[in-house]
Amino acid sequence: MKNNEILSQIPEIGEEQIKLLEKLSNAVSVSGDESEVRNIVMEEAKEFADNIRVDALGNVLVTKKAKVDDPVRVMIAAHMDEVGFMLVDDEGEGLFKFEIVGGIDNRQLVGKPVLVGKEKLPGVIGAKPIHLTTADERKNPIPLDSLRIDMGPGNLKKCKVGDRATFATRFETWGPSLVGKALDDRLGVATLIELVKHAPENIELLAAFTVQEENGLRGARIAAYSMNPEVAFVLDSTPANDLPVWDEEENGRYNVKLNHGPAIYRLDAATLSDPRLIDHLVKVGDEFKIPYQFRQPGKGGTDAGAIHKQRGGIPSVSISVPGRYAHTAVLIARKADWENTMKLIFASLAKFNRDVLSVDR
Amino acid sequence: MTELKETLKQLISLPGLSGYEAPAREVIRAAWEPLVDEISVSPIGSLHALRRGIGPEPRPSILLAAHMDAIGLMVTGIQEGLLRFTEVGGVDPRILPGLRVTVHGRKDLPGLVVQPPDYLLEPAQRGKSVGMDHLFIDTGLEEDEVKELVRIGDLASFAQEPLELSGKTIVGHSLDNRVSVAAITYCLQELQHMVHTWDVWAVATVQEEETLGGGFTSPFELNPTVAVAIDVTFAKGPGANDWRTVGLSKGPTLAWGPNAHPYIHKKFLDMAEQLEIPYQKEYVPRHSGTDAYAMQVVAGGFPTMVIGIPLRYMHTPVEMIALKDMERAGRLLAETIVRLEVDFMEKITWDEVKDEE
Amino acid sequence: MKSLIKKLVETVGPSGYELKIREVVRAEVEKYADEISVDAMGNLIVKKGEKKEGGLKVMLSAHIDEIGVMVTHVDKNGFARFTTIGGVRPHTCYGSRVRFLNGTAGVIGGERLDDANHVHAIEAMYIDVGASSVEDCPVKIGDVAAFDRPFEDLGNRLISKAMDDRVCAAVLIETLKNVKNSPHELYFVFSTQEEVGLRGATTAAYAIDPDLGIASDVTMTGDTPRGMKMDVALGKGPAIKVKDGGMLADPKVVDAMVQCAQKHEIPYQLEVLLGGTTDAKAMQISRAGMPAGCVSVPTRYVHTPSEMVDINDLNNAVKLLTALISEPINLA
Repeated sequence: MKNNEILSQIPEIGEEQIKLLEKLSNAVSVSGDESEVRNIVMEEAKEFADNIRVDALGNVLVTKKAKVDDPVRVMIAAHMDEVGFMLVDDEGEGLFKFEIVGGIDNRQLVGKPVLVGKEKLPGVIGAKPIHLTTADERKNPIPLDSLRIDMGPGNLKKCKVGDRATFATRFETWGPSLVGKALDDRLGVATLIELVKHAPENIELLAAFTVQEENGLRGARIAAYSMNPEVAFVLDSTPANDLPVWDEEENGRYNVKLNHGPAIYRLDAATLSDPRLIDHLVKVGDEFKIPYQFRQPGKGGTDAGAIHKQRGGIPSVSISVPGRYAHTAVLIARKADWENTMKLIFASLAKFNRDVLSVDR
Repeated sequence: MTELKETLKQLISLPGLSGYEAPAREVIRAAWEPLVDEISVSPIGSLHALRRGIGPEPRPSILLAAHMDAIGLMVTGIQEGLLRFTEVGGVDPRILPGLRVTVHGRKDLPGLVVQPPDYLLEPAQRGKSVGMDHLFIDTGLEEDEVKELVRIGDLASFAQEPLELSGKTIVGHSLDNRVSVAAITYCLQELQHMVHTWDVWAVATVQEEETLGGGFTSPFELNPTVAVAIDVTFAKGPGANDWRTVGLSKGPTLAWGPNAHPYIHKKFLDMAEQLEIPYQKEYVPRHSGTDAYAMQVVAGGFPTMVIGIPLRYMHTPVEMIALKDMERAGRLLAETIVRLEVDFMEKITWDEVKDEE
Repeated sequence: MKSLIKKLVETVGPSGYELKIREVVRAEVEKYADEISVDAMGNLIVKKGEKKEGGLKVMLSAHIDEIGVMVTHVDKNGFARFTTIGGVRPHTCYGSRVRFLNGTAGVIGGERLDDANHVHAIEAMYIDVGASSVEDCPVKIGDVAAFDRPFEDLGNRLISKAMDDRVCAAVLIETLKNVKNSPHELYFVFSTQEEVGLRGATTAAYAIDPDLGIASDVTMTGDTPRGMKMDVALGKGPAIKVKDGGMLADPKVVDAMVQCAQKHEIPYQLEVLLGGTTDAKAMQISRAGMPAGCVSVPTRYVHTPSEMVDINDLNNAVKLLTALISEPINLA
């Protein structure tokens, strides 16, 4: 395809896409119980898919055939699960002990409203009144052990041990920003749905909507094994820590920055991205004048960590939408960064062929 | 009662931080105006509403004070489009990360209190509860727009919407102390069907959370015979279970201690017993932490009492009260007021009142 | 104004012992006063003008007391132990010089420290006036001293002890001299004992019973290396106080000040101070209460013997206050 054609086919991020993102963000799918998001994905994707199935862990695996012969088989992964809570002990009078699923800083829990169970019943994680604390006490975070989910006194039989819960955040847009819970990785999921609906014709698109990324990349591992692609791109969200530093020195540990476009990974704790794929993304980004940035090498990981080691090895790279305050009640991302991520991944797929991997890594 | 519940939910959805109570005052004024004879505003913004009694002049008067100000945050600086802030009233910094707020700039803006990652903080803060001066409010807007819309001194109120939870409870911010304002409203509504000899001053005070300013100035102006503060008190809940706490939904509290005149305490207690209104005793050895602490020592001094409404998670955005307790407090006030005899003050002493339990 | 400030700051007058500084102020203001009096707390109260249509009874307050020390015991070798008057920080004491009301000079010494990196506690320090016995010691229990540093003029910046709050006393004096045709009945109060709890202003406010209270006091800045996070700086104009550790300024007063500054093109800053408070707090809750606010002078190194201000901020503070009280003030 010529560049002009590619440009005109890039899926847009309009009102419909934002509404879908809102639905995905407000849905509750804590790692291990991804059914709500899975149902939304199935509903959106099924009429566009050539093949769609749900595997043993709950991954949704979609195949969209190419319109050319012998197409290169490309896997794109985005995870459906989010961090959250599980109720583990009923102490009576509406008070429940709970545990965290995935990684959430204790300090983000206090004083927050939550939604519990399939019926999304409202509850709160309260805190001891400040008047009954000492200054010393307030220096230390309240241990998880002391926190409870409070559904209100009275005989509430509707919530039970084993129910999942999340922060009660509702999706909003604030000026140029997208604001909601679980945008890590509902942004990836929403992007992948658009790719399924408007798949580039030159590749066989293997779209994997994975589960249990937040508790060990478990869904991606088996999805990669069964899809057996030639190459994989992972769509995720990564923290933008571009906040002011206390002493107003330059912030050299920002990870990624808002408004600088999709972030390409070189190195994280789980993966050394295939440089050939990085070069391809960069080439496409420059050619189409799409802003992009590099995620600072360091900790963290994406589904690529599990994917690239499957079978005989699968060349992989991750691309993330920058977002501030990941794994808290609210994540803030810029709409422009999402748009540019959409552009970069679509154009990169449209321009992808086996030549990219013809040189050895 | 549903109407009062809706008024309460409306009241806790409004900003009205200490020093800036006008939005809350307007709603309270609208609720009280049809229930009283006179209504005015004090020089520092407290609402004074008078229901005249039928006794011969000069009539004794009872002042019911509930503070209408609430805690919140105030912008102290703008850095790279993010807002630095401090507290108005007592805010435990541990409830702040991830808190939704509304920033009252040149227009109202949604905002989020955010905690920088540990490695961007000073070593002393890492892993600890991060001090307020290291946190920011993020409005999602770019720097130039923030500079146009927000300035130092602008307020940020908690944005938590009211929730109705199990057990006929209401959850939200500013239930400290808008639930007491609602209790006074309930009392005024009850008085509509009753006859009382004493004048009743319903006062929504200002600045209790910061200076007790309303508590110091309103009695000076109104010169009542007796002053009662209605404020929230600590309900038992996770992390709060000792002698300073009382049961949620088990009735309003009657304070016992130097800030409560024992004769007035007994008057309310006898009434609660007689009418079988559930109540609890609250032992307050020192500062009651309410307007009564100020009111008691204004000018020549006033006999004071404190009626408490149990509240869980005080000073967080998810405070919880039982609607029944609010109702009981309002009813106890009304029933006690109508039985105050014209010569009640002559009988009042500071002598030993036997605590019968 | 510089020579006026020098005269004021170099006078000794810790809280409770403001007699000398009050006389210095009186000499400056006498001829501008319609009425002048001293009350039971030692406040100097100057009345100017009558309330005209649209006018208010306005009390302006700047405190003339400073922090200091008082002798608790002179030991047999002539060393004087002391306690503090107001917020004196121990780390500003060791090696500092003090000047007693009776003119005696002294130096603050300290007991030996186990760790030279520690700061002496007040109880571990003493004042050495060069005496060798209690008999030949020129000071005795109850004697009062202020920290002693000469006034320095650096051009735009001025350094001295007691800039808190003598610079604002100077601001009020200049405002009094400048104001003409005000619609308000004005009370310029040079208050006492602010540093120990706003005591002078409390009683003055009760007696005057004004409609509006405006204090003028120093505030801190955030413009020094790794300093406190505060968006107030020297030289950027007088600070209009929104909130401090003891008070929320009446929003209508803040707005009136902001609008006045904008109208007269006077530079200003908005101030939120995390610790400390002023006479405005006492005025706000006096009697039935009143709208209150404060025009602050940004100051570095507050409560040390070398506080620093910017002369331009002082001149602009005078302009702002003069303009504010020369026009009606809308508190509706």
